[in-house]
Amino acid sequence: MKAFTKLRSTAAPLLDKGKLMANVDTDMIIPKQFLKTTERVGLSEGLFHELKTMADGSPNPDFVLNRPAYSAAGVLVAGENFGCGSSREHAPWALLDQGITCVIAPSFADIFYNNCGKNGILAIALPLHVCEALAGQAGGNNSVFEIDLETKSVTGPDGETYAFDYDEGRREKLLKGLDDIALSLKADSDIAAFESKRKLTTPWLEKI
Amino acid sequence: MAGRTLYDKIWDAHLVSEDAATGEALMFIDLHLIHEVTTPQAFAGLKAAGRGVRRPDLTLAVADHNTPTENQALGLAGVKDEAARNQLQALTRNVAEYGIEFFPMGDLRNGIVHVVGPEQGRTQPGMTIVFGDSHTSTHGAFGSLAHGIGTSEVEHVLATQTLRARKMKNMAVDIHGDLAPGVTAKDLALHLIAKIGTAGGTGCVMEFRGPAIRGLSMEGRMTLCNLSIEGGARAGLVAPDEKTFAYMKGRPAAPKAGAWEMAEKYWSTLFSDDDAHWDEVVEIDAKDVEPTITWGTSPEQAIALSGNVPDPAEISDQVKKSAIERALEYMGLEAGQKIAGTPVQRVFIGSCTNSRIEDLRAAADVARTGHVSTGVRAMVVPGSGLVRAQAEAEGLDEIFLSAGFEWREPGCSMCLGMNPDILAPGERCASTSNRNFEGRQGRGGRTHLMSPVLAARAAITGIIG
Repeated sequence: MKAFTKLRSTAAPLLDKGKLMANVDTDMIIPKQFLKTTERVGLSEGLFHELKTMADGSPNPDFVLNRPAYSAAGVLVAGENFGCGSSREHAPWALLDQGITCVIAPSFADIFYNNCGKNGILAIALPLHVCEALAGQAGGNNSVFEIDLETKSVTGPDGETYAFDYDEGRREKLLKGLDDIALSLKADSDIAAFESKRKLTTPWLEKI
Repeated sequence: MAGRTLYDKIWDAHLVSEDAATGEALMFIDLHLIHEVTTPQAFAGLKAAGRGVRRPDLTLAVADHNTPTENQALGLAGVKDEAARNQLQALTRNVAEYGIEFFPMGDLRNGIVHVVGPEQGRTQPGMTIVFGDSHTSTHGAFGSLAHGIGTSEVEHVLATQTLRARKMKNMAVDIHGDLAPGVTAKDLALHLIAKIGTAGGTGCVMEFRGPAIRGLSMEGRMTLCNLSIEGGARAGLVAPDEKTFAYMKGRPAAPKAGAWEMAEKYWSTLFSDDDAHWDEVVEIDAKDVEPTITWGTSPEQAIALSGNVPDPAEISDQVKKSAIERALEYMGLEAGQKIAGTPVQRVFIGSCTNSRIEDLRAAADVARTGHVSTGVRAMVVPGSGLVRAQAEAEGLDEIFLSAGFEWREPGCSMCLGMNPDILAPGERCASTSNRNFEGRQGRGGRTHLMSPVLAARAAITGIIG
């Protein structure tokens, strides 16, 4: 996994009728037809597909990531409960493929939040009014946001800095880009000991 | 020792080790279910790192998401979509390479994984069960800790048979009193989600309790736990009881005589202690639950069948208000209108939420009273090959077919439209599935979630009601 330490980038707000869009589900982030791939890359084509294309397949010029000032954004700002619904990890893969490595929202759904951490994406929860203030400054190419996981802070283009909470264990892994499986395999003898005990305590689960 | 919840007990029993540096625990996984959509990248990752599958004997594969629901006897050659076929082939190769048991498309035991696990007796009380699909919560109906995971975690479980997990919060969902006759588990679930919202259970395991839950069949409990994720909770739980044991007895993977007694003794300890600590408690009066359906594009946008679609002008919460405006526009509904009487063009009876034998019996009871309305296309998709066979043995296929319903082969089908079963733009569907998100069943498709009885009724009358 690629480490996340600092990011200096423009941001794109995900709005609906001028408000940050709430309850953005993973079907909306990447619809079903893009889940048939066997790859982790190339998924940006499907990112927000139904928002970014018109019914005839042509690009929707109004969609934020289609607008030149936002198309290179590395930060996405959205409303509460971002990433709800399906567990598809294709959602963070599609964001990564688009170049988005940080999502800021008032709250996130559990599985999506977890999937972000496994893919080097920093999901930051900040109060709605802060998200709105940040979204309001996401004005395009010259509006650079600075996200710093070392200091757990977001600085908007206006220079105002907001601190965010982030679990220490998760932060450590993200800062170093640690591989979960390699970490867990260090506990191999613990797993083996558990398996031996399990054979005795729940033998009916040995072969299911 | 302080009292523990059912979740606490299962957590404690599966704790392998704790990693102080990351604050995570390694939790042993008793059953890892896999399928074609969320695994190819996990197997590729294993291969790239030169790792193997630690416990293929605790892993079971099915094909369900992008399998067509007709002509399955043709095998993969009958899968017209090249990308879908490619994914199914990748699963076939991977399970063969790692020695994982597989119920392929066309096998009588194949079907939607959340129907297959319980049906085979693989889902058992007190287990930890994970799968790269959020509706894994279904298996919690047996008192097992079951939840969806991402593909990186699938790879982790394949390699280590453990999950790096953090303890979730305990939420009690207490249902007081009994459900009125004709009110189903689906109605109760939609009622709950409307009350707490789709993020209401975020960070929690929900345990459903009370006489109404005891009164539900195992199928009903599965429907309820299945939908716990739509209320934000990764896992739902119902403590096992005599009904659970009776359902399991004699199933292919259930413990055999001798082991059964030992298992049942253990299962009988799986309940929340009276003095257990609950982080959150939600209370519902069963008599308030009416037949309930969704009107909008989120499972929380649910109302009683007798009710009216909300009017955004009356909503003060700005976030909710704009979500309602957007949903009304997408769904083609007027603010404040009655939901009953709305015409539908499609009906889908199936999915991991409602495709079990009890669901099909309930729908067939309605189907035998009439014929699918002109201009409506109605599909019945059994949850597994065995459900289909059982239904046919009971003559339900004949009832559906003579009433004008399509009788399909098993799979996820139109619940998520990864297969040829999708809605056309603007088509309105009465669906027994679990998500009414924009585009979920096909771009521009309009989904109303409801119970099998209400969906079958919509097929016959052509309207919601």
